[in-house]
Amino acid sequence: MNFRIVRALVTRYLYLFNRTPIRIVELIFWPMVGLLVWGFLSRYIAETAGGGMPYPATALIGAVILWDVLFRAQQGVSIYFLEDVWSRNLLNLFAAPVRLSEYLASTYVIGFVRAGFTVTLLSILSALLYAFNIFEMHWQLMPFVLNLLIFGWTLGMISTALILRYGPAAESLAWAVPFLIQPFAAVFYPVAYLPPALQVVAHALPPSYIFEGMRESLNGNTIATSQLLAATGLNLLYLALAGVLFVRVMRIARERGLLTKFSSQ
Amino acid sequence: MSEIVLEVRNLTKRFADFTAVDGLSFSIARGEIFGLLGVNGAGKTTAINMILGLLTPTSGSVEVFGDSLADHRIEILKRVNFCSTYTQLPGNLTVAQNLMVFAQLYGVENPKRRIDEVLDLLEISNLKQRVAGHLSAGESTRLSLCKSLLNTPDLLLLDEPTASLDPDIADKVRNVVRHVQREHGTAILYTSHNMRDVEEVCDRIAFLDKGKVLAEGTPQTVLSDFDETSLEKVFIRVARGGELKPQKPAAVSSAGSENSESEEEISS
Repeated sequence: MNFRIVRALVTRYLYLFNRTPIRIVELIFWPMVGLLVWGFLSRYIAETAGGGMPYPATALIGAVILWDVLFRAQQGVSIYFLEDVWSRNLLNLFAAPVRLSEYLASTYVIGFVRAGFTVTLLSILSALLYAFNIFEMHWQLMPFVLNLLIFGWTLGMISTALILRYGPAAESLAWAVPFLIQPFAAVFYPVAYLPPALQVVAHALPPSYIFEGMRESLNGNTIATSQLLAATGLNLLYLALAGVLFVRVMRIARERGLLTKFSSQ
Repeated sequence: MSEIVLEVRNLTKRFADFTAVDGLSFSIARGEIFGLLGVNGAGKTTAINMILGLLTPTSGSVEVFGDSLADHRIEILKRVNFCSTYTQLPGNLTVAQNLMVFAQLYGVENPKRRIDEVLDLLEISNLKQRVAGHLSAGESTRLSLCKSLLNTPDLLLLDEPTASLDPDIADKVRNVVRHVQREHGTAILYTSHNMRDVEEVCDRIAFLDKGKVLAEGTPQTVLSDFDETSLEKVFIRVARGGELKPQKPAAVSSAGSENSESEEEISS
């Protein structure tokens, strides 16, 4: 792994924001819309429930913020790839001495930066608008946040691999893939509220443990180490599988000319 | 005998039942410009993509600087670069930013100075702070050429580099190509549909048709083999599928060595 290469690839992405600040709107607009909608809904639920904000209502705001960690990390990987497709730069990049690991590492960094930016923004807004300070939550949540970040990278690799394999028609997967798992990831409601069959699906997804952990934390309970271990174990497994999938699809792309075909479309 | 920079042996690429490149063999020596010619779909770009490792050959091998591309791709690519009419640099970055990123990717020492040098060479220093997406087609091609020269490559692959250029700029680009060959001894693989380009620039050429080499040699020997007065006429003859058989077997030199496979193709 050559960190000079990773730095160059990250710098290139940051140049995009430097040149076209309007791109930051994308990082601000949708997360803000989500926060405003769920935040006011939380307030409504809290007030109609009578007095204060009970744990489930507050949890909605926390869920919006934490979900964005996953979503932005996934976007960092898949949108970065699409940027090169759209600008017909993909071949320049893959014909340069850039290892696949360096390319992926740069997308992880970008995912981290994107997630860091929006989480900071949402945290400030939620504190100002709803008096909800995510940083007052137990700092033990940080390993869970890290797990969300990793799962976002995993989903990013999977969506990029699918886009590369199935071509431009599959570009919408860059946005769709996270929402395919959202209903089963216990983001806004506990796993127990899912039908039994879907609970099995939920327990196979690392985010379900993370969001359950967040709700437990808000409820004043300490975070279950077993949940953290389950999330981390599953995350490492999925990250490895996504890596294998990505490498395999890249090999298929080189064999079938998908890389070159994609670049000229 | 000159140092062989690129050695392509029996390179074949099949996509299902379509053969894009069929047993292609050639080599390029240091400081030599080799032209790969043929109609659209003849297999030129597919061959270049395999030489860059963007496409895996069905069979055959590519050796660059004496090493197998399949085994030493990254090390090889540090000393190789390419420019293609089919690619662009990100349009929302400035010329300088684009070149800085690629200078870092290729590990160019003193990148700022090198960027200024290549911009001067291609006569687009005035565009340094211009956003790449606002460049004309010709300026954009010259920017891609700048990118391809950043790492002072030992092997340079130019895929139709003058396709979108007016005659004046095309002439300047040809001068740059010769300058690079002369000053650094760069081996250059050059594809073009412009036969004037080829006659002016290439030391040796190969005509491809349906992925196979029809003829190979110096421009003069190929003209003689086809008994034609210009490469354009040879090109048209090949394109129209007319009488392809040369008047006599092509005297093939592969950077000084014989290419028996091409001879078989021609005499068959």
